Amino acid sequence: MNWITSFVRPKLDTLLNRRESPDNLWIKCPECGEMIFHRALAESLQVCPHCGHHMPISPDARFDALFDEGRWDLIPLPDPLLDPLKFRDEKRYVDRLREARKKLNRQDAMAAAKGAIGGVKTVVAAQNFAFMAGSMGMAVGDAILTAARTAVAEQAPFVLFSAAGGARMQEGILSLMQMPRATIAVQMVKEAGLPYVVVLTHPTTGGVTASYAMLGDVQIAEPKALICFAGPRVIEQTIREKLPEGFQRSEYLLDHGMLDMVTDRREHRPTLARLLRLLMDQPPEAPKEEEAPKEKPPLLEAAPPVDDIPAEPLPEASGGAQQAAPSQPQAPQA
Amino acid sequence: MLTYLDFEKGLAELEGKAEELRALARQDPAMNIADEVAQLEQKAKTHLAEIYAKLSPWGKTQVARHPGRPHTLDYVEGLIEEFTPLAGDRVFGEDAAIISGLGRFRGRPVMVLGQEKGSDTQTRLHRNFGMARPEGYRKAVRLMEMADRFGLPVITFIDTPGAYPGKGAEERGQAEAIARSTEKCLEIGVPLIATVIGEGGSGGAVAFAAANHVVMLEHSIYSVISPEGCASILWKDSAKAQEAAAALRITAQDLYKLGVIDAVAPEPLGGAHRDKAAAVAAVGAAIDEGLARFRGFERGALRQQRREKFLAMGARGLE
Ligand SMILES: [Zn+2]
Repeated sequence: MNWITSFVRPKLDTLLNRRESPDNLWIKCPECGEMIFHRALAESLQVCPHCGHHMPISPDARFDALFDEGRWDLIPLPDPLLDPLKFRDEKRYVDRLREARKKLNRQDAMAAAKGAIGGVKTVVAAQNFAFMAGSMGMAVGDAILTAARTAVAEQAPFVLFSAAGGARMQEGILSLMQMPRATIAVQMVKEAGLPYVVVLTHPTTGGVTASYAMLGDVQIAEPKALICFAGPRVIEQTIREKLPEGFQRSEYLLDHGMLDMVTDRREHRPTLARLLRLLMDQPPEAPKEEEAPKEKPPLLEAAPPVDDIPAEPLPEASGGAQQAAPSQPQAPQA
Repeated sequence: MLTYLDFEKGLAELEGKAEELRALARQDPAMNIADEVAQLEQKAKTHLAEIYAKLSPWGKTQVARHPGRPHTLDYVEGLIEEFTPLAGDRVFGEDAAIISGLGRFRGRPVMVLGQEKGSDTQTRLHRNFGMARPEGYRKAVRLMEMADRFGLPVITFIDTPGAYPGKGAEERGQAEAIARSTEKCLEIGVPLIATVIGEGGSGGAVAFAAANHVVMLEHSIYSVISPEGCASILWKDSAKAQEAAAALRITAQDLYKLGVIDAVAPEPLGGAHRDKAAAVAAVGAAIDEGLARFRGFERGALRQQRREKFLAMGARGLE
């Protein structure tokens, strides 16, 4: 039992004169069941400090954590034709869309921003699973295209965080057409000689995996993310057998040669900074004066061998020359 | 033996009666029933025309999946001279779900790729019902590259329920294989003409159809998800497939209006399965037209046209 649960929580409960803590202050880790104070969870980028379980994170929180000094500019995205097919199932698509927009205060499932990562000007797009399961429709396709064009115009690498249940069925064939459209976006970045890095997050499935999420120069995944074309249930129905534990998870894909690395979210910033500086032929990131590197000189610092990446987050020092993630590492290191 | 679809019951009766009469006449040549037979046949034809003039999206789905519908091999046999199959992805295996090889279309060398569903139990199993594995897409990438190197147009036939959702397929990177195939379609500097001849099922179809010119047969379908799959997710009831088929807008006519496809090839009355030769001829003419559009195009112009076409999609919806 750690100090948050044993000390802070009872104290808070007394203070607020209640037994049950409200949902917005304490979050139960769905993996290990530990209660986590919401601020601690935010600081650890929605990664459980106890077991390393990666929970969903908003694009904004990702941008805050990734970009140098947490400074970034949102890239304005086009607003595509609303409900091109006049689709309705038991509900009208426009109503579903309106609800999602209201609930999340976002236009659609992909956000894009620019800023610097490790001093390298970078465009980052992040898919928001909370918005209609991150599904890929016109808006997502247009967002990727806009982000790619911005990257080309600014001669900046393009980093994309994927998270989606697949294509947005309510846009019918036009959602399917986002596969070639997003592929064209990737081609533009590659033709400009710029890196395209994909970070796959839980879950990335269907047409999203089968297009832009599998075309990165470097393929990174968050731990234990479901990454697949056909979902496990569909496969089980087809082959009529139970699938093995861990099937289609990040670590499984790494073993099968589909990824370069599986990396804890809290290590994304230093990992990306290092990769982008290498790919853009930049010298190692200069250490900040007040925070000199604690261990080896930067030039000798290498990425940990893929096999050795622990399920638990790496200690802060392993980033070497890179600055530590913006927040203090949480419990597992303590 | 013709397989009748559920909405063809009335038709089956008329045609059955006509056949009975013809059988009677064969037994007793003295019987003069030519008029009645002709009348029944005329009636059946009118009925057939009526049904097919107002086929619902679900009706078209059934026609597109009709077991007697001509498949890729029928088109290859009817349209490609000197067809020379080429096999294997050079990595893992050969995928029999994908017909692939060199040949001549109207005298001109081309590369041919297409999903083949099979036509009886044995061939269906052999072809995995037209559901490709990663090897199929990687073979396609290899052969598109070859076509690009030798300046050969690529002709694809699309007829698949989707990419195979199997354990091995996922293990070997189904998603990546599809992504690379789509990427290659968009990359090559030779004309790519795709024809949806039956079922254009999702990512497994688009991997062959990111083309300069996309044709659909009149009663074929092209969709992000099967109507049954969509119904079970959005309606939570796979029996609502008819509604889903309508809502998804999967018909050639709707896709043409949306600017997603470039041409619709007419089918013989009552669907391609009633007259294979006519269907093959219609597809041949449509491919020829597609190739003619791009005769003399430079490599860069071909890529540019593909790009601009796909980027422009979605600008107009359906009313
Ligand atoms: Zn936990």
